[in-house]
Amino acid sequence: MSINRRQFLRRAGMVTALGLGGSFVITGFRGKKVEAASEYETSKQGLKAKHWTMVVDMSKFKTEEDFKRVTESCVSIHNIPDFGNPKDEVKWIWKDDYEHTFSGGENEYLTEEFKKLPFTIMCNHCEHPPCVKACPTGATFKREDGIVAMDFHRCIGCRFCMGACPFGARSFNYRDPRPFIKKIDPDFPTRTPGVVEKCVFCVERLADGLMPACVEASNGGLIFGDLDDPNSEVRKIISTKYTIRRKVELGTQPSVYYLIGGGEHV
Amino acid sequence: MYKGGKIIASLILFVAFLSIPFFYNMGKVNAGPENLQASISQLDGQQCVESADYMRSNHMQLLNKWRQSDVRDGKTVYVNSQGKSFDISLQSCLECHATQATKNTVGVNNPALKTSDQFCVSCHNYASVKPTCWSCHAGPEGAPK
Repeated sequence: MSINRRQFLRRAGMVTALGLGGSFVITGFRGKKVEAASEYETSKQGLKAKHWTMVVDMSKFKTEEDFKRVTESCVSIHNIPDFGNPKDEVKWIWKDDYEHTFSGGENEYLTEEFKKLPFTIMCNHCEHPPCVKACPTGATFKREDGIVAMDFHRCIGCRFCMGACPFGARSFNYRDPRPFIKKIDPDFPTRTPGVVEKCVFCVERLADGLMPACVEASNGGLIFGDLDDPNSEVRKIISTKYTIRRKVELGTQPSVYYLIGGGEHV
Repeated sequence: MYKGGKIIASLILFVAFLSIPFFYNMGKVNAGPENLQASISQLDGQQCVESADYMRSNHMQLLNKWRQSDVRDGKTVYVNSQGKSFDISLQSCLECHATQATKNTVGVNNPALKTSDQFCVSCHNYASVKPTCWSCHAGPEGAPK
């Protein structure tokens, strides 16, 4: 039994019509509404900026207590686990020495005392973030306001970003972090094993109209504001005082500035 | 048929073996999600962010959009079709969709994998859907641990 071309085309047409019609009947029957007439808005009390920037006033970080207070404020609200060993350490904001912080030797003639100081370190929220370029899933992305944020949902744990970040600002959860969190804050998600995390400049607090937790805890040691606003405190400091940034030679344009010889600013 | 008897007998055995689960579970149909209202702490005239009908068929898409909006676009407020605003957060859901009795109990976590009387779970268990929301977010039971 063979069919000719005309019969074949006719039958093919009938089957196609049946298929299209059938799927239409089924979707019509289910009555699925996909869109509701709704909108998404930014919160009214939220703080807004074009380029969020942090200034670390070195003169305000003197004692061990100053560093601890700042780090603790972050740990408690972001559910940062303490695995108890440096290999698995999860760091959002921490302390390190001059050698590790400013390796590259751009500022040769800083005073010797300065080179002995410990520094508060966090994600630099670069203008040209290499971690964002490395991320294959878009889990790390740069927001309109300059913050390099994380979408933990999308992180697949490839750790390319950790290799790409020249500042070591990213940490990986090798184990389930939940049992290692001192007290879980229900307002912020914990992470799962296989997810990278880092400082996000407290985007969740900015949306509620609050300054980042470390800034609040620092007693003026950390100054946070909009670098694009000529009247902001950070802009005034950066344009009139001597500040340095980490590894500028790499061209990532960090948004965290270290103020040298502060104390009497603004 | 060559060795027909043996073949047919084995076939019958084979089919009988395959269908054991069906006979074993006959009459023991998994209880559907009943009494859902009981696991909602209802306020007067309260409606979910959208109509119940819409939520029933589209809550997963809505949650995905919420996530996109809140995490990536920085828009943290949802204005529904009636013009009412809601804070985008799973906590907004749990304000109603949580059984108060089990709130803040110690030692429970991950209700998505645990049998409980919570709103989400009662349907999801029945439909064998296991979303992983509570492996990071604080679930209806409050902060884990």
